[in-house]
Formats: sequence, structure tokens, C-alpha cells
Amino acid sequence: MAKDLPPPYTAMSRHPMMPRTSHDEAARFNFLTHFNRYLSGPIGAGNRLAYEKRVLPAFRAEHGRDPEHRYEIRDAMNRDPWHRMWSALKRNSMEMRQHNGRQVVLRQLDELDAMARQFNEHSGMLELDPAIAQPEYQTAVDIHCQPGGYHSEERPGDVTVGANYDVGLFATTGGALGGLNDGGGQAVVGWVKAERPDWRPRRILDIGCTIGHNAVPIAQAFPDAEVIAIDTAAASLRYGAARAAAMGVTNIRFVQASGEDLSRWADGHFDWVQTTMFLHELSAKAMPRILAEANRVLAPGGLILHIEQPQYSDAMPLFEQFMRDWDAFNNNEPFWSAMHGQDLKAVMAEAGFPRDSQFVAGVRAVVDPAIFPPSPDAAEEDYGRAAIWNAYGAWKPLEQAEAA
Amino acid sequence: MSEELDWVILSGRRAKGKRPEFFDEPALDRLYSTVFALAAEVSALRERQDTIERLLDAKGTLSRSDIESYVPDRAAGDERGLATQAYIARIMRGFQQEVEAMQAHDPPIMDIVEKLSRE
Repeated sequence: MAKDLPPPYTAMSRHPMMPRTSHDEAARFNFLTHFNRYLSGPIGAGNRLAYEKRVLPAFRAEHGRDPEHRYEIRDAMNRDPWHRMWSALKRNSMEMRQHNGRQVVLRQLDELDAMARQFNEHSGMLELDPAIAQPEYQTAVDIHCQPGGYHSEERPGDVTVGANYDVGLFATTGGALGGLNDGGGQAVVGWVKAERPDWRPRRILDIGCTIGHNAVPIAQAFPDAEVIAIDTAAASLRYGAARAAAMGVTNIRFVQASGEDLSRWADGHFDWVQTTMFLHELSAKAMPRILAEANRVLAPGGLILHIEQPQYSDAMPLFEQFMRDWDAFNNNEPFWSAMHGQDLKAVMAEAGFPRDSQFVAGVRAVVDPAIFPPSPDAAEEDYGRAAIWNAYGAWKPLEQAEAA
Repeated sequence: MSEELDWVILSGRRAKGKRPEFFDEPALDRLYSTVFALAAEVSALRERQDTIERLLDAKGTLSRSDIESYVPDRAAGDERGLATQAYIARIMRGFQQEVEAMQAHDPPIMDIVEKLSRE
């Protein structure tokens, strides 16, 4: 049996808000799912071969030394024919995923918009605030090459960008996030329940939730808790709130707000503040502001947890840093490189989380193993394509301990 | 079906942000876009073919002459025409978005990378 065979697109769970795909639309996603796995796996290995066999020797001959920064490797690899071809393939695969997703969504947008409006009017789980400005780090480019980013509208009040994100994430991740694209949130839940089996958080904040695919599993796992999922992008929140309501989740609210200004919530209001694959979408000045706000609204004894790709460190080979940087320059992730170059522990400490309260844990997507085979291992050198992440977190010290 | 929006044209909208030039010859970048969109279509066609074969295995009610003599009615003709338009939009995305890009004048991504890492 093939070791790395993703399930067909039709294996995904069809919650009521999920756009319907025709036979051929699903077949195109099937192609992309396999194509993405092939690009990061079998032929992705060509990048290391090109580097070791010709790019590095040429660099040494020219400079009389090894590269000292990932950007030096990038400059050299961007002149290499193989890396250019591979990058062109990867970029095209991203664009094809967007194009197919948008065809699926836009042809049925009237139905999707009407359904979302109905769910959101009845559930009361959506709270929009037109006064919230879209930060420049969200609008400078369309992140992930998703046309319109996470915030733009095709017409007032539509759900296009949220629906497109949901319908195509399966193909982008090679099917690694499970039937509801919620493998990341499930992983967080699994980690928390293993770490503190008896913990009962009452109020949970998810910052940068987009469509709530990682916040909903938390709400489901802690049905007595109240989950607030915030994002600056109304277009994503509209879809996310409708999606959650359609799935029968009632203990979550989608609120349009910026993580940089949580002033509507009092100090210590939340027992748990979560971000999932979000910090790298910010900017150098926004990230510490958000972390400081998160610290303020977190109750003593509470948990802050960030799911991210591993930070670059001196221990990580420069070539691996360069490969992990690919999305920054080729898939519209402009803060990715700078963010992953930072010492996140120092940034967290600066935001008020003492170093001895911090931890780093490894987590991987939790999916239904009967349908979804595990994501490829990091050992296969897919440089960030596997659904395996680091959890950077802290248990906020109790005030008594802080005073002592 | 969306009444107000032309989903075929809108679905091909370009993502904001300057696209990297992977090759010295721009035509190669365009050619890649088309070739791999075609590759996806061939894959989808194969899947469709497989569907038909499986249905025939199960039901056994299609003949070659049925297919040869089939004439689409007006509604089916419209559906097929739209499908062909959408198909052309898919394989011509690279060219169409280059026109959009010429109109947009995005700065190099590095400018924004540096700006966001500063502020």
C-alpha cells in the first residue's frame, strides 16, 4: 500500500456552510493535493541536491567561505535553474488552488451569502465593528496569494474569502489537517488535555481566528467555556461564525477586533489566550503589542499558547532556514522571515511572560486516522509542509508568586 | 448561480503583491502556468472517465452510439459553453494576470518585507 496517499477531496466533512464542489472541481483539488505532496516530497529533495552539488561549491569558489546567512543562500539558489523551476511549480500550484477555490465559491456565492446571513442572524454569534481598521500587515499584499487576502469583499457583506480559504485548505496542506481542516485546533486541545487533565478554563480568547477552524475544536472540547474568536477581517468572520453555527457550536462568538487593542476586555479576563499560525502574519511592531495585550487580559495562572513553525536558531542549518523562508518571498508571507528569525522567548519575556514560566512543546495535527494518514514526518525534509508545529507558551505566574 | 457577479472573470483575480519572476524569459513563466493548469485538467478528466467507467460497470447502460449521436439542447449547450469559458480562464490565468499586474505597479516584495520588519 502506498505510504503517503492522501484521501480524496470528497472524504472531507461537509458542514452545511462548506461550498459544494462539482465532480471536476473536487477532481482538480485532488490533483493539487497530490501535486503539493509531490512537490514538497520527492522533487523537493532536488533543492538540497542542487545546493550541495553546485550552488555551495560555486559560492565557496567565489567567496572563499560558506554562506553566513539564509539570504546569501537565497540569492545563490535563485540563480539555480532547478530551484527556479521548482519555485515556479510551487507558485503555480498555490495560484491554481486559489483559482479553483474561487471558481467553486463565486459560482454559488448567492446561496453561500444567503445561508451565512441566515445562520448569523439566528445564532447571534457574529459581532462586527466597521470602525476596526485593517492593519497594513494584512493589506500590503494578499497573504498566501489568496486574492483579496482575508479581508476583501467581492460585494458588501459577502463570504467569498472565508469560503475560499475553507474549501481549498485541504489541497494546500495535502489533506494533512483532517476532514474539517481543524487538525491544528485538535492538536492544541490534545496537548492541553494531556498537560492539565483537570483544567477547566472559563473564558478563552483566540486572536487572529480567520474562519475559526482552530478555535471551534477548542469550543467543542470545552463546552462550558465561552470562546471569543477575534480577527480584523469581517469577510472571514462572517463565514467563520456561520460555519460554527452550522456545525451546532454555540459557545463561541466571532468578534471583529484587533489583537493590538483588547481594551474592551478587562485585565485578567481570560483564562487562556490562543494564537494558531498567526504571529508570522504580523509585523515587528505589531507582534509585541499583541503579546503585551494578551498578557494583560490573561488571568494569573492562565495559559498563553502560540502554534507556529519552529523559530530559526543557530542550531537550525542555514539551508533549512532558507527552505522554510520560501513562502516569505514566493507566497506573500512578508513577515515570515523576520518573525522566525526572532528569539520568541525574549519577545514573550518582554511582553510580560517570565522566561521560567515559558515552555516549548512539539505538536502535530490530530486527524481521524481511519480516513487521513498521518502527515509526512519532519524527517522527510519537507521544510514546513508537514502538519507538525511548535507550541510556544507560558502559564502566567500567579500574582503571589510574582510578588515573592 | 450568482446573478450579479461574473464568476468566471472574478475567479481569476490576481493576488496583490509582485509575483516573483522565476525565469529570465517571461514566456517560460507563462508556459508553466498553462502547462500545469492543463495537467490538472487532464487529471480531472481522467477522474471523470473513471467515474463513467465505474458507473457503466455498475449499471451498464451506455453505448458508444449514444455518445456519438448526442446533441446538446439549449440549456446543455449553454452549460457546456460556460464550462469551456471557465476552462479557458483557468489555463490562461498567467497571461490574464500579467495584464492585471501591468496595471497594478506593485513594489518589490522586499520593500514590504523590510518595511514590516521595521514598523
